[in-house]
Amino acid sequence: MSGLPDPRIPTGPIADAWRRTRESLPLISPLRKGQIDLLVVGTGLAGASAAATLAQQGYRVTVLSYHDSPRRAHSVAAQGGINAARAMAVDGDSVSRLFTDTLKGGDFRARESGCQRLAEISSGIIDQCVAQGVPFAREYGGSLATRSFGGALVSRTFYARGQTGQQLLYGAYQALMRQVELGRVRLLTRRDMLELITVDGVARGVVTRHTVTGELEVHTARAVLLCSGGYSNVYFLSTNALKSNASAIWRAHRKGALFANPCFTQIHPTCIPSGDAFQSKLTLMSESLRNDGRIWLPKQPGDQRAPADIPEQERDYFLERMYPTYGNMTPRDVASRRARELCNTGHGVGPGGRSVYLDLTDAIRTEGRDVIAARYGNLMTMYERISGDDPYRTPMRIYPAPHYTMGGLWVDYQLMSSIPGLFVLGEANYSEHGANRLGASALMQGLADGYFIAPSTVTAWLAGTPSEAVSPDHPACQEALHSTRRRIEALLGARGERPVDSFHRDLGALMIDRCGISRRAEDLRDGLARVSALEQRFSEEVRVPGEGHGPNAELEKALRVRDFFGLAQLMLRDALAREESCGAHFREEHQSAEGEAQRDDANFAHIAAWEHQDDGEPIRHGEPLQFTALQPSTRSYR
Amino acid sequence: MKLTLRIWRQTDRHQPGGYESHTLDRVSPDLSLLEALDQLNEQLISNGQRPIGFEHDCREGICGSCGFLVNGQAHGPRGATSVCQLYLREFQDGAELTLEPWRARAFPPIQDLMVDRSAFDRLIAAGGYCSTGTGQAPDGNALPVGRDQATSAFDTATCIGCGACVASCRNASASLFVAAKLAHLGQLPQGQPERSKRARSMQDRMEQEGFGSCSSNLECEAVCPQEISADWISWMHRETRS
Repeated sequence: MSGLPDPRIPTGPIADAWRRTRESLPLISPLRKGQIDLLVVGTGLAGASAAATLAQQGYRVTVLSYHDSPRRAHSVAAQGGINAARAMAVDGDSVSRLFTDTLKGGDFRARESGCQRLAEISSGIIDQCVAQGVPFAREYGGSLATRSFGGALVSRTFYARGQTGQQLLYGAYQALMRQVELGRVRLLTRRDMLELITVDGVARGVVTRHTVTGELEVHTARAVLLCSGGYSNVYFLSTNALKSNASAIWRAHRKGALFANPCFTQIHPTCIPSGDAFQSKLTLMSESLRNDGRIWLPKQPGDQRAPADIPEQERDYFLERMYPTYGNMTPRDVASRRARELCNTGHGVGPGGRSVYLDLTDAIRTEGRDVIAARYGNLMTMYERISGDDPYRTPMRIYPAPHYTMGGLWVDYQLMSSIPGLFVLGEANYSEHGANRLGASALMQGLADGYFIAPSTVTAWLAGTPSEAVSPDHPACQEALHSTRRRIEALLGARGERPVDSFHRDLGALMIDRCGISRRAEDLRDGLARVSALEQRFSEEVRVPGEGHGPNAELEKALRVRDFFGLAQLMLRDALAREESCGAHFREEHQSAEGEAQRDDANFAHIAAWEHQDDGEPIRHGEPLQFTALQPSTRSYR
Repeated sequence: MKLTLRIWRQTDRHQPGGYESHTLDRVSPDLSLLEALDQLNEQLISNGQRPIGFEHDCREGICGSCGFLVNGQAHGPRGATSVCQLYLREFQDGAELTLEPWRARAFPPIQDLMVDRSAFDRLIAAGGYCSTGTGQAPDGNALPVGRDQATSAFDTATCIGCGACVASCRNASASLFVAAKLAHLGQLPQGQPERSKRARSMQDRMEQEGFGSCSSNLECEAVCPQEISADWISWMHRETRS
């Protein structure tokens, strides 16, 4: 592989580009689909929806998940909602406004054709989910209810209390289980994907490890769909589930798939802050709380008084002060950065001064406790469980935490990576969110990819690329199997004494410090050297107890952390090469007098796509971004 | 604080299991019980011992992966909580906790605190869905759903599939799990066409998978992290009779 493949962006006006593309894609007869095997890795919103839809079309689909059940995928934890442009609130919403908000929210670092397609598809996703029995919130009259979210001035977010991801995932999961019952999907749980198999440069299978028996298995197919989620766990402490990892996409990257904009990672402003060294994760408090909650800090640095004792005039509602138009609803990157800056200058509250208040007092006073409880009940309970404080009585303490990764494997307009036959869906790909994702857009993208886009484009690729079935005995399969076995043996053979998690914690601390909310060239260079040194120590000093067969959670973690080392270095390189600030990528060297991100459209209006080199440094390619429907402007939420 | 954990250890389903005690001398009360197990596992690994196997993932009470008995109670003493949300500040300094896996015929043991709950997936496969394909959906507002009706359907749809209801039922029945799914779909207009067929097939499958019948003890409701009401089991029985 060399260079950047054609991104296959449709020509002509973008407004109906997706319809034109779809109508021109070749089809396959339902009869022939029954002879074609497909592999889907991951069962979150993207994977479950794609697998169910492809099976419904007649393909023979094998679904691989490292969970004990597809219903556990981390999409389940998404709280706030899903965007759709249905213009129901008569507040001026439209497809073009959702398009504009997405492209602008991403700071003009996404393809406009993709953003447009997402906005167009959004409405149909809601219909699809309602038909499956997803219990969306309703108005008294029986119509679908909406609320507003950060980065938008209209009410277009559909929700199911604070558990929207759970309900959408169960919709997709149930559709998947229906296909399992019909015999069209073979569901293989507790399988960890450890390698991608390519034959003559085309993706034809994967190697998995069964996490209970320890057995290594080869699975082959005509095409492979990676729907394996994001990589925020490179930071160790994040809002992701503990098993969320980058191995599927990282192994694919090492096999030739370009990795796009790895440094575009989102730090979510409203999370429960960290405390003890053994704390294992940071829990998100939905951004929807910012609808009713006011964010503030004491004006006086080092103010130790209890929040209730700080009078109104001594509080700094800093987002409302700096951003009168959007106030507490500024996009995530902006809110996170301002919170961090004020904490750095000693205004922060809580242990170590590393948090800010999210205060619902005014909303409880005007709307009543019952209304707030009905709106956010599960979040309030969750906060109380974790912190030990009652959020109805005392303001919540929150702090930014790694949450979502906009970066991911490079895909063309048809969601195919630079490896033919390898499709990448959902958070695992780099697509519509640019340098910053807006709230309630992840669920929209995962389901758009899985229900509506991939089923058309995968078919088109298969129709244009006839191929023979690959036997698991093929030399390429056997080579992938052996190299995986060698990697496992090397980890089990290390004679060190340190548990995997201790390395992961060190890596996370390095990355959040050097490549988190705010980045500087010298820190990034220093980070590169340190991560590389840590990786070296890992291979010498780690201890992975047990053996290859049988359950071995430490081995699973060791395989993932090993891949995180490689990815971390690519993120640092990417952050260093992108000499501008855009969206969530904030380089301190590139900011305006007011401290806002300063883009460099002349030199960086492109997607960086990294090519792995077995020997030597990765190569950076650039896919230029063209804007016809909306010209880049400076984001202003003030 | 100091904490003693008496934990069920079992290499695999073919070997007999037994209890093993471990003490954490210094552990923060602000940690969750699962984080205390992480800390214990790091100790075990450094001493060259096999770490404790337990299921977990999101650690925010929503994925349903975690679950075991704490002093005989599913997910521990605190109501409406899955075990990942159980914090050590709930316990006295020096407390001893006994941790053991779910025990049910339909949930075969895997290792230590882990059991195989794939029977739940097969229950859903038996009919826990609306048989609609992608692209066949009418307008989401075409059928109005009253706010109270939507709220009640949502309350039953929140089941996280952890298995606590089964583990705490003396008959190891999955009645609450099945009733919750039937009630979720049965209360919405989209679930009506298959309503009675679904009720029959899911209950038949429950028997085939080796779950018992409802013991009427309401333990399931008491331990459910999502507080799903056992009244839905009575509702399910009426559903099947009609």
